Amino acid sequence: MKKIEAIIRPTKLDELKDALGRFNVHGMTVTEVLGCGLQKGKKEIYRGTEYTIDLLSKVKIEIIVKDSWVQDLVALISETAKTGEIGDGKIFITEVENAVRIRTGESGEAVL
Amino acid sequence: MPITINHLAEGINTVWVLLCAALVFFMEGGFAALEAGFIRSKNSLNIIMKVFADCTVGMLGYWAFGFAIMYGLDKAGLFGTSGAFITGNFAHLNLKIPIYAYWIFQAAFAVAVATIVSGAVAERMKFGPYMVFSLLATAVIYPVAGHWVWNPAGWLAKLGMMDFAGSAAVHAVGGWASLAAVLVLGPRKGKYNKDGSLNVLPAHNLPLAALGAFMLWFGWFGFNPGSSLSGLDLNIARIAVTTNLAAAAGGTVSALYTMWKYGKPDASMIINGSLAGLVAVTAGCAYVAPGSAVAIGGIAGILVVLAVQFFDWVKADDPVGAIAVHGVCGTFGALAVGIFAEKGGLIYTGSFKLLGIQALGVGAVSLWAFLATAAIFYVLKVTVGIRVTVEDELDGMDLCEHGIAAYAGIEASHVRAFAHLAEGIDKSSTKEDLVSSR
Amino acid sequence: MKKVEAVVRPAKLDEIKEALSLIGIRGMTVSQVVGCGTQKGHVSVYRGQEYTVNLLDKIKIEIVVEDKFVDQVINRICAVGKTGEAGDGKIFVYPVEKAIRIRTGESGEDAI
Repeated sequence: MKKIEAIIRPTKLDELKDALGRFNVHGMTVTEVLGCGLQKGKKEIYRGTEYTIDLLSKVKIEIIVKDSWVQDLVALISETAKTGEIGDGKIFITEVENAVRIRTGESGEAVL
Repeated sequence: MPITINHLAEGINTVWVLLCAALVFFMEGGFAALEAGFIRSKNSLNIIMKVFADCTVGMLGYWAFGFAIMYGLDKAGLFGTSGAFITGNFAHLNLKIPIYAYWIFQAAFAVAVATIVSGAVAERMKFGPYMVFSLLATAVIYPVAGHWVWNPAGWLAKLGMMDFAGSAAVHAVGGWASLAAVLVLGPRKGKYNKDGSLNVLPAHNLPLAALGAFMLWFGWFGFNPGSSLSGLDLNIARIAVTTNLAAAAGGTVSALYTMWKYGKPDASMIINGSLAGLVAVTAGCAYVAPGSAVAIGGIAGILVVLAVQFFDWVKADDPVGAIAVHGVCGTFGALAVGIFAEKGGLIYTGSFKLLGIQALGVGAVSLWAFLATAAIFYVLKVTVGIRVTVEDELDGMDLCEHGIAAYAGIEASHVRAFAHLAEGIDKSSTKEDLVSSR
Repeated sequence: MKKVEAVVRPAKLDEIKEALSLIGIRGMTVSQVVGCGTQKGHVSVYRGQEYTVNLLDKIKIEIVVEDKFVDQVINRICAVGKTGEAGDGKIFVYPVEKAIRIRTGESGEDAI
């Protein structure tokens, strides 16, 4: 079992959710986050003082899937969330040892 | 100076009009809260700054030329030709109050017209061109319509049009100007899908919008009763009652109607419904019975719900419902005088004469406002451009137009600390300074 | 060391926090998230326009514990977080390589 954690542009969320739905992935957790990376911050002027906004708004999507799905999903997310400009985000893969469905208590890949 | 009964009367009238001017001006705060609440948070500062533009540059426009065009000496029943910068002779108006009291009351109306449009063009229109529009709205568009209806020598006034506080001259003008503006401007990105279907771009703070509606309702007690221009005119009590009842009926009916139509009373429509009632009774508040005011407000409460959906359907994207509330219900309110007025109304006299005059009048000012606004927006569009870029629209107008977000949450507090540390603005500052400066 | 990550109903947060404190677990990170899964979204009407809400409000609780506490933590969360309806949430378990207490610099299981 793996967790796929994608940090993407907020404007890509709906599109990505639809794409994942077509792939039969219906479960995910979505968080509004701030982040910085290659994308340069924005320079703005407020009351005469220049400042940079270097933590930009992003959306974090977490999906836990069977190992065998990881490759295809990473490809799908990359394709959908890509604009080609700096700031498209990153995808991280993490090992997951177990998953439990709270309602029934069942565990393992069956709950995904 | 010996105090005579005339002095006292003039004093009462002046105090009354100044008080009502303040109430009407406070409606700008209501518009600001209403519009900011109805749109997405990333654009909320920008919309409030546009309301500010109306109160600043728009106010100056009305001072420079607007008042002169509206109330100066008449030319052919169409516009005024004297009195720029509130100078010269206004004896032809036969006022019982100082000209300055009259000006400030009228100025608060003029900025309201511009503000109606600010809501419709929210979330996508550039600030600079908006300032130009705001100036022209208070200097030309509204004053010409106001001249026709309210200058004693205006052609509609002479025909006998009855628009007590401006369902037509203020609200229909602002509403139909809004329609022209959004048609030239185009809908917000993301409102319509490629197949023509609609998306909901939800309000970010409906409690704020509701508070704005309460402020407007409160201000309307100056807008309508104040239009008597006299504290000695005891009809102001009736006007306050009809105004209040129409708002109550509008909100009641829109709540019941959306409950029946959609299953739940739509909060945004209840807010719009009360305002629709207020707009609709504005023309007739001094001429109709309280029961008629309830009927007028109630009908407006349904009209506004239908109109919001209609304008969504024809792709006139109006985030706050300005066209529905002010255009449709303002037009209806002007017509309603022809039906419900105790003197001359259809149900009292059986005559269509007044209704015909009202229809002609509201049609004329609406057409003028629509065409003039369309022309201004079109010229601005092909010269300086009226829309922000797609990227800026996605990021939000607050940042791209004003350089700061409306709501400073986690993001802003981080920004301050980073700016200090990274750019070494004040290298001598100690850790304690940094902590205390936050 | 493991990270137990539970995505639960917002209304259950207080109860879960209390239940965990009874077994001596007081440290956790809580975030407001939205998510979707088996629980169906709902259709709403705003200004006459229907729209679906399918990302529902959830609370994510992250707890890093010694290996031997994992089962106990999962059992507690399941027992308290369960209503029996779809939408009770899921628990995921991840391996954690290291933990460091920033104040003292101590690391490993002492830091949690």
